[in-house]
Amino acid sequence: MQDEPRPDELVKAVADFLRNDIAPLISGHQAFKLRVGINALDLVVRQLTQAAAADAAEHARLEQLLGHDGALFDINRVLAERIASGAVDLSTPGLKEHLWQTTLDKLAVDQPNYASYKREAGRGTDAS
Amino acid sequence: MIEAELSRCVASFMPGATGARGAAKLSGGASQETWRFDIVHPDGDVGAILRRSPKGYGAAPGRAAGLDNEAALMRLAHRAGVPSPEVLHVLRPSDDLGTGFIMRRVEGETIARKILRDAEFAEARPRLARQLGGIAAGIHNIPREALPSLREMNATREIAELAREYHSFDWPRPVFDLALRWLSQNDPGPPAEVTLVHGDFRNGNLIIGPDGVRAVLDWELAHLGDPMEDLGWVCVNSWRFGEIDKPVGGFGAREELFAGYKSAGRKVDVDRVKFWEVMGTLRWGVMCCGMMQRFRLGPDHSMERAMIGRRASETEIDLLRLLAPRGEG
Repeated sequence: MQDEPRPDELVKAVADFLRNDIAPLISGHQAFKLRVGINALDLVVRQLTQAAAADAAEHARLEQLLGHDGALFDINRVLAERIASGAVDLSTPGLKEHLWQTTLDKLAVDQPNYASYKREAGRGTDAS
Repeated sequence: MIEAELSRCVASFMPGATGARGAAKLSGGASQETWRFDIVHPDGDVGAILRRSPKGYGAAPGRAAGLDNEAALMRLAHRAGVPSPEVLHVLRPSDDLGTGFIMRRVEGETIARKILRDAEFAEARPRLARQLGGIAAGIHNIPREALPSLREMNATREIAELAREYHSFDWPRPVFDLALRWLSQNDPGPPAEVTLVHGDFRNGNLIIGPDGVRAVLDWELAHLGDPMEDLGWVCVNSWRFGEIDKPVGGFGAREELFAGYKSAGRKVDVDRVKFWEVMGTLRWGVMCCGMMQRFRLGPDHSMERAMIGRRASETEIDLLRLLAPRGEG
């Protein structure tokens, strides 16, 4: 067992230092690159804190939807193949809700400021 | 330095030009560069842009039309009244600058977010969607027999290419499969008319001034195909830069785009435009995944490329909004 602080706490401390203490000192292309770097660290923090719960819920939905267990990557591949073949489609109970929830969970980590995400996250979880 | 070659070159094609100065590289990958510089002339300096592949880089790979074709298309567009920089010179081997061309520099803004936000464009913004319709019509009206040799694309082949590329990443994205399935089932078949398609007609590839569109740039992806492709691509949500309720580049409504297009004597097929908007959204998503591959495989191990890989999910939510909407807007 590794000791504390957790990875998300460490990365967040670095991101905050770069944002608050270094960014004001830098300009031009390097400032742009620094912002990209800080964005990347913020993304990592969100993934470290949110992904486990989202992945578990996604896994449970996929098992239910496919009647099939396995690693998350593998059952995602099964779902992709079934959609590609037409074995499941948007009329399949639960598919639309699953795709929406999974996508919202990805955006919550990747790009929570993306306008489409803000619009859709504001609708709550009702996928109807 | 490049200014020595440029000085010799400009003197050879512009009477009275005595040299070049102020050369600065604006952007460039390994195979293609854009430079700005000024042509020194007794009547006053002339702002210019050089687009080139440096020596040693041959034909452009894959989808690219090639710099010679770009120059030819920009000349045709300019003649047809499409806002377009004037091509001053196509490079020859004796110029010792590689392959490419020199064009007159058009002043204005290309950064989409500034165009959508800055006060100096406030009056132009509400007119841009309609103006873009007229410009697209001007591009599509260029007679085929005038065009250089270009690859011809159609919906069926584009779907197959995107599917192949997506599968090459070996990373399941069920929403991409949903989109590919929808595209196959809604493939509209060959268009009524095959025309020149700009291929990257969008906010971000335009020079805008307070007076409106001053130039259409980046003809790199020009090809022959369904003219509705350009109208769909300009509506892809990724090019609205946050203004998601204004489909045409964040400027305005589809109806305005279509009105501008029709007023130039062309017909709009709304279903095809939607089809190409879905295709375009998926295409940008696949391109984001491609950036991630290039990051991981090494040619460009930059944070920027890595982070673009994490923007593929933006296209997934936009595909769901198009194909499985949950409510209004």
